[in-house]
Amino acid sequence: MKQTQNIEELQAISKRIRRHIIEMTGAAKSGHPGGSLSAVEIVVTLYFDVLRHDPERPDWPDRDRFILSKGHGCPVLYAVMAECGYCPVDTLKTLRKLGSPYQGHPDKRFLPVLEASTGSLGQGLSLALGMGAAARREGKDWRVYVVLGDGEIQEGQIWEAAMFGAHHKIDNVVAIVDYNKIQLDGFVKDIMELEPLAEKWRSFGWQAIELDGHDIRALQAAFAQAKGVKGKPTVIIAHTIKGKGVSFMENNPKFHGIAPTTEEVDLALRELT
Amino acid sequence: MAVKTKFELKLGMATREAFGKALVAVGRENRNVVAVDADLSKSTYLNLFAKEFPERFYSCGIAEANMVGVAAGLASAGKIPFAASFSCFVLNKGFEQLRVLAAYPNVNVKIAGTHSGISIGEDGPSQMSVEDISLACSLPGFTVLSPCDEVETAALVRLAAEHIGPVFLRLGRAKAPVVHAPDQEFEIGRSMELTEGSDVTLIATGLMVAEAIRAQEHLESEGISARVIDMHTIKPLDVGAIRRAAAETRAIVVAEEHLVDGGLGVRVAQAVAEISPCPLEFVGIQNTYAESGTPEQLLEKYGLTARDVIAAAYRVLRRKQ
Repeated sequence: MKQTQNIEELQAISKRIRRHIIEMTGAAKSGHPGGSLSAVEIVVTLYFDVLRHDPERPDWPDRDRFILSKGHGCPVLYAVMAECGYCPVDTLKTLRKLGSPYQGHPDKRFLPVLEASTGSLGQGLSLALGMGAAARREGKDWRVYVVLGDGEIQEGQIWEAAMFGAHHKIDNVVAIVDYNKIQLDGFVKDIMELEPLAEKWRSFGWQAIELDGHDIRALQAAFAQAKGVKGKPTVIIAHTIKGKGVSFMENNPKFHGIAPTTEEVDLALRELT
Repeated sequence: MAVKTKFELKLGMATREAFGKALVAVGRENRNVVAVDADLSKSTYLNLFAKEFPERFYSCGIAEANMVGVAAGLASAGKIPFAASFSCFVLNKGFEQLRVLAAYPNVNVKIAGTHSGISIGEDGPSQMSVEDISLACSLPGFTVLSPCDEVETAALVRLAAEHIGPVFLRLGRAKAPVVHAPDQEFEIGRSMELTEGSDVTLIATGLMVAEAIRAQEHLESEGISARVIDMHTIKPLDVGAIRRAAAETRAIVVAEEHLVDGGLGVRVAQAVAEISPCPLEFVGIQNTYAESGTPEQLLEKYGLTARDVIAAAYRVLRRKQ
């Protein structure tokens, strides 16, 4: 794979990833397209620009680590890792099928190039901070990136971990909140309001950066800024649109956990050309 | 191993204290060993490790779920983390994290649960762990260790650090009688036959091992030959020793400081039922929670003394064919 900072190239990759997500969830007839589509630019920018990694050497000790704590968004991760060369592109549509490496939630047993098995919300930040603590103890400069769902941070463990990260000054960990404002039961603000979100993180001792999570240039700048932050971890609050890129899926709570029908797949792919 | 005929059962360290000391020793030899704490280091004796290796000690505050998650992260990056808390807190508050972040991805974390059983005494049931064997054994891939004294604890801490995969160590608050000789060697998954015996087998774990020995000595004085097995590894279970005991003595008593439901006894019964059914008796905590009291009072009230083991042995012998 070739990494790039070129916005047009990253946008083109993002569109390809969106097509994969639609095709994968459409073929599976289940899964979580909305929260996969909202995180596309975040995950693409990380894997194709920011992360220090090598798909030829997935166990390279000094690689940066990526954890998708919101494991239900795995179609975006599978598609990006496949496009990077970690795993096959042509079997992406086996998502959720018996024996597939592309399990319903990320499963290291079936896809060993994953950094973590996730799926139970609220746990990935603790894991990331443990990894970050180990890197610091060894004096290594690899970094850890972890994507959290907005609904996910309603879990208490997130805030246990937030305290831990600040207390231990784990500045090699960057959390990205995919703030698409929708969770399974409806809009986040109706289920359990998170605001004022950036202030929450800052009061917990984190560096907080707010941005448009579909703006690749803003993401690149934020990841660069995070690298310069010393003595505290960084959270990027990425305002995103659930279902981004497909008109009838955007901001539609229905597509949190419902796959597109065959007709909807066709419609979506026409929009993603 | 050499089978002893007499045991002094001199009071030694609590297994939690032996754990704390052993971890320091293991830490000196292996710099990858780190410790993770949830504000109980003075009780779990992780403070000994913290004092010697402050830079390898991670305080999480009172946050067991995060503690297990951080330990899993440290392990994923090559460390050998020992996370310790009261057994009831780490297993109950951290169970989901043990399931998803440790057992399911088979991560190399070591969980030390102290203050197991009811012998913690005065603090009462909210601090007592009477279901930890059941919970820990229900996690696929976990190794579950339950030492009976300071010698066994020190050895099992070392073996746990060397073992690749998740481990749960069940430890107690009360001082424990010393059963084993200082130079005794141990192996994960291999039980210790402490006395030979042909009439009945007493299988015990943790602090009930000493009670089983006392029971054996009494039974011997009444002409009954009891085999005592120290089952320090609950999982993987030493099925071979159990089946031999079933075949040779045709009567088994299992004794544990744990709920009878889901405990060692159930696992022994499964092993026996599969191949060589024989009468069994279960000495353990019945379908209830305990209360405040001295450890001695509680062990007596809830049926966890040598006398209870002896009574169970007579019951099982009456049913023996």
